[in-house]
Amino acid sequence: MTSFLTPNRRQFLTRTAGLAGLAAAGSALPFGAARAASLTVGFIYVGPKDDYGYNQSHAEGAAAVKAIPGVTVVEEERVPETVDVQKTMESMINFDGASLLFPTSFGYFDPHILALAPKNPKVRFEHCGGLWTADKPKNVGSYFGYIGMGQYLNGVVAGHMTKSKKIGFVAAKPIPQVLLNINSFLLGARSVDPTITCQVIFTGEWSLAVKEAEATNALADQGVDVVTCHVDGPKVVMETGAGRGMYLCGYHANQAPLAPAKYLTGAEWNWAKVYTDMVNTTLKGGAINNFVRGGLAEGFIKMSPLGSAVSEPARKQFESVKAEIIKGGYAVIKGPLKDNKGNVIATQGQSFVETDVALEGMNYLVDGVVGSTS
Amino acid sequence: MTLQADLAAGLAAKQSSVADYAGRILQPLFLPLAAVVAGMIVFSGFLLLVGKSPIDFYMIVYKAGFGTSFSWANTLARAAPLLLAALCVALPARLGLVVIGGEGAIVLGGVAAGTVGMMVPGLPGVLGILAMAIAASVTGAIWIGGIGALRHYRGVNETISSLLLAYIAIALMNHLVEGPLRDPASLNKPSTVPLPEAYRIGEIPGIGVHWGLAVGIVACILCWVLIERTTWGFAARIVGGNIRAAQVQGLPAGLLMIGFTALGGVFAGLAGMFEVAAVHGSANASLAAGYGYTGILIAFLARHNGLAVIPAAILFAGFEASSGLVQRRLGLPDATIVVFEGMIFIAILLSDALQDKIDFRTLFRIRGRS
Repeated sequence: MTSFLTPNRRQFLTRTAGLAGLAAAGSALPFGAARAASLTVGFIYVGPKDDYGYNQSHAEGAAAVKAIPGVTVVEEERVPETVDVQKTMESMINFDGASLLFPTSFGYFDPHILALAPKNPKVRFEHCGGLWTADKPKNVGSYFGYIGMGQYLNGVVAGHMTKSKKIGFVAAKPIPQVLLNINSFLLGARSVDPTITCQVIFTGEWSLAVKEAEATNALADQGVDVVTCHVDGPKVVMETGAGRGMYLCGYHANQAPLAPAKYLTGAEWNWAKVYTDMVNTTLKGGAINNFVRGGLAEGFIKMSPLGSAVSEPARKQFESVKAEIIKGGYAVIKGPLKDNKGNVIATQGQSFVETDVALEGMNYLVDGVVGSTS
Repeated sequence: MTLQADLAAGLAAKQSSVADYAGRILQPLFLPLAAVVAGMIVFSGFLLLVGKSPIDFYMIVYKAGFGTSFSWANTLARAAPLLLAALCVALPARLGLVVIGGEGAIVLGGVAAGTVGMMVPGLPGVLGILAMAIAASVTGAIWIGGIGALRHYRGVNETISSLLLAYIAIALMNHLVEGPLRDPASLNKPSTVPLPEAYRIGEIPGIGVHWGLAVGIVACILCWVLIERTTWGFAARIVGGNIRAAQVQGLPAGLLMIGFTALGGVFAGLAGMFEVAAVHGSANASLAAGYGYTGILIAFLARHNGLAVIPAAILFAGFEASSGLVQRRLGLPDATIVVFEGMIFIAILLSDALQDKIDFRTLFRIRGRS
């Protein structure tokens, strides 16, 4: 009758005593070891840090920060935009002694960072993508890059490489940052051939692999032969697209290793530069500006090396447009331009340069994009 | 001789009644606790396989979940929505209904609260919060009560329908906050218009956790009273035990099913309301944070007992609170805690199957026999 599941008392006592011994043995753990460094920097990601995308681009930046002497980096991935992120930030402050935090997801800003910043005046919160304004706490900063320019360069290469004159875009949500990328991608391609159209499919979520694969297949079925995307992890779109024989333009990080033969180029974040600059400024006792923006010229974004499939004319135009953008004042959105419902966006001679804050409130798809914002 | 025998028998009877009494108290606790421990032991095996020390792991879980005052604030803040979410599973379960789609009611309750804040922003704070609570409760009641009604009138399996309806709820929420209810100023994170400051729910003084925690604990106690100490609860338990017998006795099984699922929905809806009014300040996609699914684990761990939901929710909230430190100190992936919780859940399901086969009281009787 005595089995493992119905122990007699002696067996029961022996087993519980063993467990208690295990617990006692573990009481000498090195908590607080991270406090020894002169600066502890915390990075928080909304998804996995090896997603070949948004989170990986930030994790690469964190990896660069790790190399700075005297700096300890603590990281946490897959932190939801709920009270979870508030607790993660507090935990990094309390348990790790972090005094500079990079909560990298857009949704961390309001209300979470804004709730914690006044309670932790000695901690600096640097947030990616938000719009810091003077009424926000002084120990909060926001930074972002003009990555739409990278999607424009993607479009230039795509415009040369497409044979069907149909290019495609797998997008998460119809929000300004995404719409700017879609429009830039098409306008880049149209700078090569004004007859090109861009089919866009919104998946509705930042990370939803099944829908991303379905969307990519649907684009291939419609004859699209160059695809790019704006989702958190472009891996699914890249692998599915390559499987369907489409050329690929990357986003967020370098996805060339996923399909080297089909990968043309990609719009990448260069957070390594941004983060090492910010951490070095902090180490020297300086102050980081509360509102930071930059593009190709400032090294905030970069382009993936051109793939072997890219043709010579495409290569040439890519390099010359890139040089123009780096000079500054380049406008992708310029008149005459209508949206795809026929409304005028810009009249002849009117233009919105990359630094124009109006672009951060974009709510239209330009003429030539097949799709709808709602 | 006979007197001595009688005395001895009487003494033995008294001893055994004390043991019985202790057993009755401890028996319901024994299996879930044993299941938690078993889950921990199995999980230790996983940790050893990847070369990590289980002792380090459990010390970190303890430290980050329960070891400091900050840890407790962290744990209790996470427990607040879980208490209410678990009740949405526990109440229908007492009638034999496995409702696993509380997430849908949480999300829609949050949207309802955000909508009220948007449509009638001018009320005094207390009335505004009350209006949001009523809107969220009614929404949750309709959503989950509808699942009970579908089960009663159409024989639709409530487990499947509640799960699928949760996806529909999330899609509906996305449609609403990105479409008709969107605040045009919410550029890159579509949300409803931020609630007026008067409608925001603050923190319980001293512990840094919003009032949803207190409401959750009171709700758990009320549910326990309802189930264990009222005729309604008694009737519900009879329906859960044997629905045919309940019907033969003239109990309104259908009404009870709809009523208890709706009440579960009320609590889930309130959880969504607190997320909006105490945490986010507006309704948006962050409402779908998975609390409804964690609530399932908690309700099963608590064996659908309202009072037991409180410690179970705090335990799971502590696990989740430790997830970050586990990542940072041990270099384990974030999924570690999810796997750990899954192990415990499986152990609890298994322990349910063993419920009648292991009697905690036998552990006491061994002494009497030998």
